[in-house]
Amino acid sequence: MARFRVARSRKKLMPVSLTSSRLIFDALKECDIRLVSALPETWLVHLIRMADEDPEMILVRLAKEEEGVGVSAGAHFAGVKSAMLMQNHGFLASINGIVSFAHLYKIPLLMLISYRGSLGERDPWQTQGGNVTESVLRALRIPYCFLDASETVKKRVRQAQTLAESSLQPVALLLTRDLMWEE
Amino acid sequence: MLRIDCLRSVYPDLDNCLVVTIMGAVAAELHSLGHRPNFFYLQHAMGLASSTGLGLALCLPEQKVIVFDGDGSLLMNLGGLSTMARYRPKNLVHVVFDNESLLSVGGFPTATSTGTDLEGIARASGIPRVATVRSIETFKDAVRDAVHGSELSTIIAKVEAKGPSGYVTDLSLLENRFQFRRHIQSLKRS
Repeated sequence: MARFRVARSRKKLMPVSLTSSRLIFDALKECDIRLVSALPETWLVHLIRMADEDPEMILVRLAKEEEGVGVSAGAHFAGVKSAMLMQNHGFLASINGIVSFAHLYKIPLLMLISYRGSLGERDPWQTQGGNVTESVLRALRIPYCFLDASETVKKRVRQAQTLAESSLQPVALLLTRDLMWEE
Repeated sequence: MLRIDCLRSVYPDLDNCLVVTIMGAVAAELHSLGHRPNFFYLQHAMGLASSTGLGLALCLPEQKVIVFDGDGSLLMNLGGLSTMARYRPKNLVHVVFDNESLLSVGGFPTATSTGTDLEGIARASGIPRVATVRSIETFKDAVRDAVHGSELSTIIAKVEAKGPSGYVTDLSLLENRFQFRRHIQSLKRS
């Protein structure tokens, strides 16, 4: 299948960690996440492919990340646990949806955000988003922590999911270079 | 054609559907016809009513979902049409009241007033069943056909830029949200 060829050829150029992606995906499954919305980004390629190939998972490929807030709200009303996969720039593009839907209506959102533009970033176009990601999360009073080591992935995904459900609000996990990138 | 007359004409058909509306006049007018626990009014976050309907429809494939959208809201999330078309849930009906105006904030004309064709955009996005209606009878028939049919539909209803005098109802946002979710969970148990 073309999809696999693309994934393999990209892997040589872009060493996104398959092991860490599998750990994260398995952790989501263990939390009963059954719907994932996503917009492609390099660090998320394996995670999105895993969601696509898993018959128990509904994958919703979005045109823009903010749609994911609505999709997750619909899933929540339906009693289905969901997660959003996006880059930090996608998070920045989702802010009105987060504030005037998820916060206003107390919708739990589990947001897995790839933390581009932080230390080690080589792509100049990612760097401004990296500068502001955490301060925007704090300004929005969104609880967040890092996924930065394989041994804590499972626990932190579980904790983030637990808090999102109990507080009925968005919670963010920042996927770091240390976890996602093998070079 | 008035939007409230459109809503009134299909109100009895909404019984067995999950209904998501946009903010402003659509929410206020549907509410004025009589609130039901299967109605959710998204009183902000313009553009995301259709995405909410998509999430509901994908998670509850046996349940009919109707979104009452508007031209201003849809223009803020045209990409959402492509996402709906990509998954084309058979149980989703997308109604767009096009009054060519951002009525709730003072009636500023939207791009549909200068020729932007939402039916064309929906069709070109890949929505399998698309129609524009201009009378109550054709509106009612189009919505009923879509509700009883098994294809994702977008129905553009051309309506006058007239609405209620106020938009605030006595139903609090959170009360509506919790009631709506509880209603859906009760359907799943029964």
